[in-house]
Amino acid sequence: MTESIDAPDKGTSGSVSSAAPLEFRDVSKQYPGTASPAIGNLSFTVPAGEVCVLVGPSGCGKTTAMRLVNRMIDLTSGDILIGDKSVTGRSPADLRREIGYVIQQIGLFPHLSIARNITTVPRLLGWSRERCNQRVEELLDLIGLPQDMAKRYPSQLSGGQQQRVGVARALAADPPLMLMDEPFGAIDPINRDNLQNQFLRLQREIRKTIVFVTHDIDEAIKMGDRIVILREGGELVQYDTPDNILANPADEFVAQFVGQDRGLKRLSLTSLGAIDLGPPGDASNGPAVPVTSSLRDALSVLMVESVPALRVTDEHEQVLGSVTIEHINNALHTDTTRVSTPDLVK
Amino acid sequence: MNDFVRAFHFVGDYWSHHLLGSNHSLADLTVQHLVLSLKAMVIAVVIGVPLGMLLGHIHRFSFIAINVSNLGRALPSLGIIAILLPYTGISETTVIIALVVLAAPPILTNTYVAIEQVEVGTVDAARGLGMRPWEVLVKVELPLALPLIFAGIRTSTVFVVATATLSGFFGGGGLGDVIANPASFGTYGVIGASYVLIVLAILSQIVFLTIEYAVTPRALRRPLRWAIRRAPRARNVEADPTRTHPGSGAGADDHPDDPNRQLQLEQGSKIE
Amino acid sequence: MTLGIVRASVLYADKGPKIPDFGKTSDCVKNNGSFCWAWFRHNWSSQFEPRLWEHIELTVVSVGVGFVIAFVLALLAYRARWLAGPVTFVTSVLYTIPSLAAFLILVPITGLGRMTLYIPLTSYTLLILFTNTLAGLTGVPDEIKDAARGNGLTPMQSLWQVELPLAIPTIMAGVRVAVVTIVSLATIAAAVEPVGLGERIFDALNKGNFHTQFIAAGVLCVLLALVADGLLVLLQRVVTPWTRARRTR
Repeated sequence: MTESIDAPDKGTSGSVSSAAPLEFRDVSKQYPGTASPAIGNLSFTVPAGEVCVLVGPSGCGKTTAMRLVNRMIDLTSGDILIGDKSVTGRSPADLRREIGYVIQQIGLFPHLSIARNITTVPRLLGWSRERCNQRVEELLDLIGLPQDMAKRYPSQLSGGQQQRVGVARALAADPPLMLMDEPFGAIDPINRDNLQNQFLRLQREIRKTIVFVTHDIDEAIKMGDRIVILREGGELVQYDTPDNILANPADEFVAQFVGQDRGLKRLSLTSLGAIDLGPPGDASNGPAVPVTSSLRDALSVLMVESVPALRVTDEHEQVLGSVTIEHINNALHTDTTRVSTPDLVK
Repeated sequence: MNDFVRAFHFVGDYWSHHLLGSNHSLADLTVQHLVLSLKAMVIAVVIGVPLGMLLGHIHRFSFIAINVSNLGRALPSLGIIAILLPYTGISETTVIIALVVLAAPPILTNTYVAIEQVEVGTVDAARGLGMRPWEVLVKVELPLALPLIFAGIRTSTVFVVATATLSGFFGGGGLGDVIANPASFGTYGVIGASYVLIVLAILSQIVFLTIEYAVTPRALRRPLRWAIRRAPRARNVEADPTRTHPGSGAGADDHPDDPNRQLQLEQGSKIE
Repeated sequence: MTLGIVRASVLYADKGPKIPDFGKTSDCVKNNGSFCWAWFRHNWSSQFEPRLWEHIELTVVSVGVGFVIAFVLALLAYRARWLAGPVTFVTSVLYTIPSLAAFLILVPITGLGRMTLYIPLTSYTLLILFTNTLAGLTGVPDEIKDAARGNGLTPMQSLWQVELPLAIPTIMAGVRVAVVTIVSLATIAAAVEPVGLGERIFDALNKGNFHTQFIAAGVLCVLLALVADGLLVLLQRVVTPWTRARRTR
């Protein structure tokens, strides 16, 4: 269904890759007249093509950190590098045209059609009209909206549709980096789930470097390849994969933040297909669960059905093996590197 | 510049003394002016408030109710008078009718919006408690709507006070007799009467602002900001009672960005 | 009872209506009937049409110049918010000056010409145009300005491509009010200078209350205001197609 993305050619000064690594180097931000910095000496690197989620309680500086990247706020000290180039190297407007920007309130321009909204940056960069039209076609397909939407106005779309357009707008000029500030926060929970899933599928295709800000730890776990947990003052408490954070929280603060049910959360990150299963015979008459189910769902079924074992089946209803609470427990305590790759089809 | 100073003297000299060629003093004319304005206002209120309340209560005819004030504002007062003259002649009646035509629509619109936008939840709660329709209207909707209604009346009053000057041409009396008559009273005389008129306009603003403040339920008052105008910041213009007609998009046809709402932000009408 | 009636009655008491003689005076006109259609048609192009155009010219020029001034002021105040207060104050003061007084005050300065009318009329438009232009700009939602900046528009580009278009409805609303206000005030201007449809009205007074003329001038005046208002509404709808778009499902 999706088509390959055009590689951007002339027009952009410098970064031509479709994904670049991002580095925070000793970044500080202090507002004049305040006692302590909003962010103090923050350092971390996001490898190209990964989703890095900034999460933490309100006031921890996650949105500030994100807005430092595209210079919506200016650095007090330190540097931020995209690829190898400092963000201070060029004018803010030029910089921002190479960074996708998605915000919570969506911010589509009400007076422009969907097509012109999407091609905001391409038009600023001087793309030809044909190229712009083609890009709109591609992106509408990518985000799963019908082509006749191109001529409509934002007020004619639902909230979820608008935010998808917001994402398309951010992707239009194929920037190497994307910033997303609670992008699904204004959407109702049901649609939010759908949007998150869609976005993850999208990311698997396009593999952009993404900085994603949220206050919701569950969203962070679901969306992130890696998570940065911040404490007030922009203090980086832990930076690791979701699974590692759940398995080994760095301190009491993180443990509290991820919640007491982190064990269960970890279970939802892995599917039955990734663990060692028992022989089929052990669950002769037990209920069946698909191999694609998460460990957490399997555990839930085990408890609800009050049986010792479940049959694990593939898409053709063939029994692949059995699973008991033992198996699940073992998976939880196995060497984390084995289950650290979230393979769950989301 | 001399005339501006002489104008002060003019006011001083003729405030209590009869003006040349008449047996009225400036004070008399001022009273006439106010009386004329009052007559028009009373009629306008009697027409506008009940009708606005009714329409607002039943939430109908919003398009008309909201746009009638635009219509009223658009009508040139002198034109209206001219059309009436053949029928009602050169008399106070003509002027009053014209004034009512221009004063009633804003009152109607403001009252309509004021009643209509009392939150549905509040009205619902009132009904749920067992109030009869008229009780809901009088005990719940009206008190909450009063500040806005008075804002509309205030606008109209300033407008009427200003436009009543036209009666100077058409036999209604009032300060217009001087202002429309530079031949008899000279430029400084006109300026002097204008001073009085400006003071009247400002005073009526103050009086009504006070009334509005007084009738606003204490909980809804915003003391310092009350009389200070400021440009709206949010996309949806708040129902700021100090505005002339806040019109927060009550009509079904109203888009949140309906310019008619912004249209109603202006300061009341020009002093003629 | 009042000076007005005294003046009016002096004009034509006991003399009967002084109807102008256009050669063959119809009965309708002699009797000062309500509206003599034939007379009106006969005199439309000589008496009314030129006045109508004068009136339109007065309005268009005053509102046009006022708009330019107010627009510039509003842009300045948009960048430097502290200006809003002083400008509003000055334009309010200008607005409060009664029009007749304003016209008269200028006569010794600018003589009995059009300038005497243009200056006050223009200054009366400033308050509403400035207020609404500034309100339109500041009313643009913050998240849209944020999105514009974040996507790489420079402040200038954001102003002209995003903020001003979104401010158009509010600005147009102000223009509408300004136009109808000036149409109304321009009629009064005729008390000082015989120009526009107001001239016809005052002239009718002097001719002993010539009814047809009153009605003709009055109706034209009202129609002018309403048509102008309506045209501006149409213009706005054409220029802002997105305000009419609704969700269809």
